[in-house]
Amino acid sequence: MRNVLITAGREIRAGLRNRWVLATTLLLAALALTLSFLGSAPTGTVGVGALDVVVVSLSSLTIFLVPLIALLISHDAIVGEMERGTMLLLLSYPVARWQVLLGKFLGHLAILCVATALGYGAAAVALLLTGTAATAGSWAAFGAMTGSSALLGAVFIALGYLVSALVRDRGTAAGVAIGLWLLLVLIYDMALLGLLVLDQGQTITGSALDALLLLNPADVYRLFNLTGFANVSMFSGMAGLSASAALSPVLLLAVLLAWVLVPLAAAAAAFTRREL
Amino acid sequence: MICTARLSGLGKRYGAVEAVCDVSFSLPAGQSVALVGHNGAGKTTLIKLMLGLIRPSTGSVRVLGDDPAAGAFAARRRLGYLPENVSFDAALTGRETLTFYARLKREPLARALALLDRVGLGAAASRRVGTYSKGMRQRLGLAQALLGEPQVLLLDEPTTGLDPQLRQDFYDIIGELRDRGATVLLSSHALTELEDRVERVLIMNRGILVADGSIEELRRLARLPVRLRITSGNGAFPDRPPDWLGPVEGWRRLDNGRIAEIACTGEAKMALLRRITESGGRISDLNIIPPTLDELYAHFLRSQERPA
Repeated sequence: MRNVLITAGREIRAGLRNRWVLATTLLLAALALTLSFLGSAPTGTVGVGALDVVVVSLSSLTIFLVPLIALLISHDAIVGEMERGTMLLLLSYPVARWQVLLGKFLGHLAILCVATALGYGAAAVALLLTGTAATAGSWAAFGAMTGSSALLGAVFIALGYLVSALVRDRGTAAGVAIGLWLLLVLIYDMALLGLLVLDQGQTITGSALDALLLLNPADVYRLFNLTGFANVSMFSGMAGLSASAALSPVLLLAVLLAWVLVPLAAAAAAFTRREL
Repeated sequence: MICTARLSGLGKRYGAVEAVCDVSFSLPAGQSVALVGHNGAGKTTLIKLMLGLIRPSTGSVRVLGDDPAAGAFAARRRLGYLPENVSFDAALTGRETLTFYARLKREPLARALALLDRVGLGAAASRRVGTYSKGMRQRLGLAQALLGEPQVLLLDEPTTGLDPQLRQDFYDIIGELRDRGATVLLSSHALTELEDRVERVLIMNRGILVADGSIEELRRLARLPVRLRITSGNGAFPDRPPDWLGPVEGWRRLDNGRIAEIACTGEAKMALLRRITESGGRISDLNIIPPTLDELYAHFLRSQERPA
């Protein structure tokens, strides 16, 4: 475990030095603040539900941005160090490959968590300072959104590692990572929608749809945030779906966690088998 | 004799390419050994096998009593490695880099940081590695290899691209370690530089170990001719060897014939020398040039090309 922490420490230090932490935090904070203030305009009245609107718009933003940031910092983790030659030296030390991988994961996750907490936290503080009224339930939804955003980031960090452990060079890793992002964040939903329209409810049942949604971590995150809280789902236009969906928030969180652990374990296995 | 590393019948195959083929040798404690061969002769593959970074296709390797590929850490703590073209995370400083590696080896930080002064990086310790020159990176590489008082040091082309002063420092430090009882394995493609610095030479060619022994033993085995350079005491030498010299094999005139070079084998050498010293005033000076290490190296590479 000590080796894991040592490796994580190096990753965090390098992240701070490379300005990854700073850049990510500023980006998330800027977008969160913009959405907090501009995003409430379309609803007309700025009332009790303002924070709920922020949760809806912020989580929609998160689905695009957090996976992209996570893949950016993770796709290079293994293949990049191999190409630069630093991995060769590191693995000659008394440290196991899974420890290197887990250490990097904790380091990258810490960077992403800090960025998310600070970025979205800034938005929350700004809303408080401007006197936005919000119920405890809305704050709970906001907190759950921030936490699950970090979890979504963890999923894509793990997927990035899996790509990084499997491919031969950095260019391929970057290409595959972008492809993965396009597939899971953009194409999957469109394809699913197209499928549902074509099918006209003939063969795809509600439970089959649930299963299809669980196969994409971005959709799991969306379901968790947009349907998990009654006051939020009203604004998100997913109240209907949430009423019919048989997926509890706990189940959704468990699925997201599985989406972290399975790719991470697969990445560790691929990395261990790989020859330098 | 305590063996720190033992390789037996070791082979490594990448697809159709046999990078290392049936290599066996053992390294005793307190010996410095040169691993010499062309680029692509299998030196780096051999070192990677000894580090456990790749698994052998055939045979076995033991370093400090452990199988390095098995994932046991005890041996790795007492092993130092300097890769060819060592590189570090450019964003971290020299001190941070060494601290990271020292922690992984459970080495006290004070002792680790003292190594920075020892390799002459004390003043640059708080600069980022990205700003270091090639020589400074190599010094940092040596510092990390020295962490934890290693009993086995594997240095892959450690002095390529270093200036002569730095090379000297390098060999001084390596000499100290050897005197303390560490095994030092240096890989290189230039044998000349290693004369007087290693006790033993392993020559690799196309994945096969073609020679193993001290430089003197290799000289005896190779039976390469010694060259004698004689300077004339009175005028130029003739085109053909003079009769008083007796039968000689190679005869080459240099410097307008004032100097002549003769090639002769070990047995003929003493008789020839006697005739030269008894020649009176005909010879004013004599130099004996033993075969250089590069000639020796070339000889062993050639000997392998010929079918045995």
